[in-house]
Amino acid sequence: MTSVSVAQRRSSDVLLPPGEGGAKRRMRAVSLSRLAIHATLILACAVYLVPLLVMLLTSFKTPDDIRSGNLLSIPDVFTVIGWVKAWDGVGGYFWNSVKITIPAVLISTLLGALNGYVLAMWRFRGSQLFFGLLLFGCFLPFQVILLPASFTLGQLGLANTTEGLVLVHVVYGLAFTTLFFRNFYVSIPEALVRAARLDGAGFFTIFGRILLPMSVPIIMVSLIWQFTQIWNDFLFGVVFASGDTQPITVALNNLVNTSTGAKEYNVDMAAAMIAGLPTLLVYILAGKYFLRGLTAGAVKG
Amino acid sequence: MATLELRNVNKSYGSGLADTLKNIELAIDAGEFLILVGPSGCGKSTLMNCIAGLESISGGAILIDGADISGMSPKDRDIAMVFQSYALYPTMTVKDNIAFGLKMRKLPPAEIEAEVARVAKLLQIEHLLGRKPGQLSGGQQQRVAMGRALARRPKIYLFDEPLSNLDAKLRVEMRTEIKLMHQRLKTTTVYVTHDQIEAMTLGDKVAVMKDGIIQQFGTPQEIYNDPANQFVASFIGSPPMNFIPLRVQVRDGQCFGRLDSAAGAPGQACCELPLGAAAELEGRELILGVRPEQIQLAAAAAALPSLRAEVEVVEPTGPDTLVFVSLNQTKVCCRLAPDATPQVGSSLDLQFDPARVLLFDASSGERLRPGKRQATDNKVAQFKLG
Ligand SMILES: Nc1ncnc2c1ncn2[C@@H]1O[C@H](COP(=O)(O)OP(=O)(O)OP(=O)(O)O)[C@@H](O)[C@H]1O
Ligand SMILES: [Mg+2]
Repeated sequence: MTSVSVAQRRSSDVLLPPGEGGAKRRMRAVSLSRLAIHATLILACAVYLVPLLVMLLTSFKTPDDIRSGNLLSIPDVFTVIGWVKAWDGVGGYFWNSVKITIPAVLISTLLGALNGYVLAMWRFRGSQLFFGLLLFGCFLPFQVILLPASFTLGQLGLANTTEGLVLVHVVYGLAFTTLFFRNFYVSIPEALVRAARLDGAGFFTIFGRILLPMSVPIIMVSLIWQFTQIWNDFLFGVVFASGDTQPITVALNNLVNTSTGAKEYNVDMAAAMIAGLPTLLVYILAGKYFLRGLTAGAVKG
Repeated sequence: MATLELRNVNKSYGSGLADTLKNIELAIDAGEFLILVGPSGCGKSTLMNCIAGLESISGGAILIDGADISGMSPKDRDIAMVFQSYALYPTMTVKDNIAFGLKMRKLPPAEIEAEVARVAKLLQIEHLLGRKPGQLSGGQQQRVAMGRALARRPKIYLFDEPLSNLDAKLRVEMRTEIKLMHQRLKTTTVYVTHDQIEAMTLGDKVAVMKDGIIQQFGTPQEIYNDPANQFVASFIGSPPMNFIPLRVQVRDGQCFGRLDSAAGAPGQACCELPLGAAAELEGRELILGVRPEQIQLAAAAAALPSLRAEVEVVEPTGPDTLVFVSLNQTKVCCRLAPDATPQVGSSLDLQFDPARVLLFDASSGERLRPGKRQATDNKVAQFKLG
């Protein structure tokens, strides 16, 4: 943190080159407001980053160290014992989450893209109403669908299976992904689809060859959104999965809430980090593609 | 080669909306070139989309080679179209854009390759083949859009203002290219344009539209020389036809109209225009239509009498000089030879052949043909100084 403020001071020095008095005064005003902005940003950063720092530090401490030191103290000895124990506890569930999230994200994004394509480019009688009702799905609280969904899963014979959980996530996510893609596709000139139809391309060819390649930015948005939603989901996981099929969020909860033995905060923290890392990773990796897609996808009328 | 026929075609974009196309009747022979002209928003693009099958029609029938294709899907109609908005596929290179339709129709790769090369050469876009549409100028995009249509050999070409974004020189070149290509391929073509010269030079037939109604359908010469109403007369021709209001007067059972210029001596400043013995014209307000090129400088020995008028504006355009005078309080454009350089404020003796002027009803704009019954040379003799 200190190094940041040093850098800050240096950059404000740069903003004050020797020159005319008036210009100098204006410069000082500019750098003052800049200082205020940076200070606010740094403060906000700290608010968000300190808990992460506490988690990281704690996960590398021994239980004795945790009991004796304060939250922000550097570990006496760095140990990965917490991480090893945490992985033993939640590692299997981590893979459960992967097996749930990846298919659910891909399927809901693909179906959302198809839905959006139809709703934007192949309007049918009542398609506006259909879209309106679908939007309604974005505002449905999770709790409302628990009972109908578990009934349906039971009827389908998918209760307490990974497939069942994937299905619930796909259905629930469709409202959002359809909304994303539909709104993206309405901004694309319809003449493109018309030209392709005259060229002899059919429904899926137009979608696959012309629209999907233009959709990189919105695909990224959909992937990030769905990944975050599904990976972080707890409620559906706890209701629709049990035992060996539970996702990591549920396993983490079970681990932290065990009442037997002494609390091992280092293990809890490491397990929480393990549960949170994938979403972080997706943001860091896909966020970059997201920006690139936005700039490369600029289309002239 | 294919014939195209539209029978009583109607199109409405929604039940609550007024019809965009109203009772369109058109028929062109195999290999003919039809020009669609009309003001913005009159339904030209809509008509093209209906022919292509991209919009459904709400009434009537569209026939290609005598077969009703109204219910057919666009790709089965065997039509290629250049869109007003280009509609290039943004993620494909120029080459892939042109080749796409050929690939969809499963042509062998070698043939596609050859066809793309041919079209690229024709449209001078060989150096652009590797680029994406986003990296092209408007004119270049337009040429690629042309190329996409020309790469195929459909029954009918539809061109929606394909040259509107090109610079003047390229435009003239492309116009000639299109004409040459049409003479060679003889593919039936419908072509929308706002350009007078394109309309007159390219078309075998011209259809003038307004508010979704075909105002006149005929050869360019018919449209130019014999317009059905004031709208058609004003729309075709550049500079446009002059419209001079007249009140019909009667003397000795003969109708005539009077033109005043408020310049020169009283005898020379006005003239009477004979309208024949049409009793139905008596006392009516008419519009006299005279094309700028029909008005000439009075030659001393000419049989036609002249009218003296004061020059208000002079516009030398190069090939000719446009001179504006006032007749019956209306600004009138005269297209004179380029060597005529009258001074503003000076007086000119002008003349025109009264047999060739047109008459329109002042309120409806409909063409009036009262002189049809009369011999033309008779009329010239009657044209006399007031
Ligand atoms: N999809 C649509 N829905 C409703 N109305 C439409 C639609 N497309 C066009 N129109 C209306 O139909 C009329 C004709 O439009 P069209 O695009 O055919 O005109 P145009 O003659 O091609 O004009 P321009 O010369 O400007 O290209 C316009 O009044 C337009 O507002
Ligand atoms: Mg148009």
